Amino acid sequence: MSKAHNSDSSIDKPLFGFWVYLMTDLMLFSALFASFIVLRNNTFGGPGGKEIFDMPYVLVQTAALLVSSFTAGLGILSARAGNKKLVYRFFTITFALGLLFIGMEISEFDKLVSEGNSWRESGFLSAFFTLVGTHGLHITSGLLWMAILIWRTSKEGLTKTNVKRLTLMSYFWHFLDIVWIFIFTIVYLFGAAGL
Amino acid sequence: MKNLDKKQIKNYIAGFAFSIVLTIIPYYLVTGDKLAGNKLIFALLGYAVLQLFVQLYYFLHLGEESRPRWNLMTFSFMITAILIIVLGSLWIMNNINYNTTKNPNQTENFIIHDEGFKNR
Repeated sequence: MSKAHNSDSSIDKPLFGFWVYLMTDLMLFSALFASFIVLRNNTFGGPGGKEIFDMPYVLVQTAALLVSSFTAGLGILSARAGNKKLVYRFFTITFALGLLFIGMEISEFDKLVSEGNSWRESGFLSAFFTLVGTHGLHITSGLLWMAILIWRTSKEGLTKTNVKRLTLMSYFWHFLDIVWIFIFTIVYLFGAAGL
Repeated sequence: MKNLDKKQIKNYIAGFAFSIVLTIIPYYLVTGDKLAGNKLIFALLGYAVLQLFVQLYYFLHLGEESRPRWNLMTFSFMITAILIIVLGSLWIMNNINYNTTKNPNQTENFIIHDEGFKNR
């Protein structure tokens, strides 16, 4: 197993292909970021970010995602070392933290809507729900992918293909963490500071 | 049972530690009202970009690949495209916001109330 990872001479085609997908996904997010920044002050008399964002709550979400990104990385190292037990442990932690993150996001959305601040109220809220919701959808599909891979690994073991799949999935997860940093900064921190 | 790659673990721990620091500092800049205005904007964007590079390097291993660096090339191209989209949209849309309301009074009203320039 380690032999496959020592030969770095040729280009890793699946990884490169996946990387290109991630870059196009980045393009999708950049369009949503652009529209959010343009619409961030168009609150139509309703509340702005300063009034509706709960910063300690968002910090916990950020921490959850950050730690999950870290454990996903450790999970990949375990997969490369062929340590199935550690792979389970790390990816289970990653999965749980991802679930915590998405759960907190759903409950935040639910709270906003129930307080009368749904996406229909203003340009700001539409842009907010679209941007943060799209990231949440990515996280959800990432969790689904992770669950399937954990299941497959338990059935087939750490085969070369499964290690490859886990690697791509962890790239996806790190990528979502990076997108979240910008949501955290541009949506929440800028919003809370009233910029 | 083989051991994990020690050097790689150190890399992940370093990336994780940097990320935490680079998240906490901007958070306190905002919640503690340490900076305001343009200074705060540049500080927040600076920390976010710094964390982007930290995670790209330590988690996504950008820059570690052997030549030719296709990942780095596609990434650079995408960053260029994204900067054009985002900065271009902001530039155009800010101008449209100022220039497409009906008369001077409405424009002023628009800038003060809808754009929130007075209070936000």
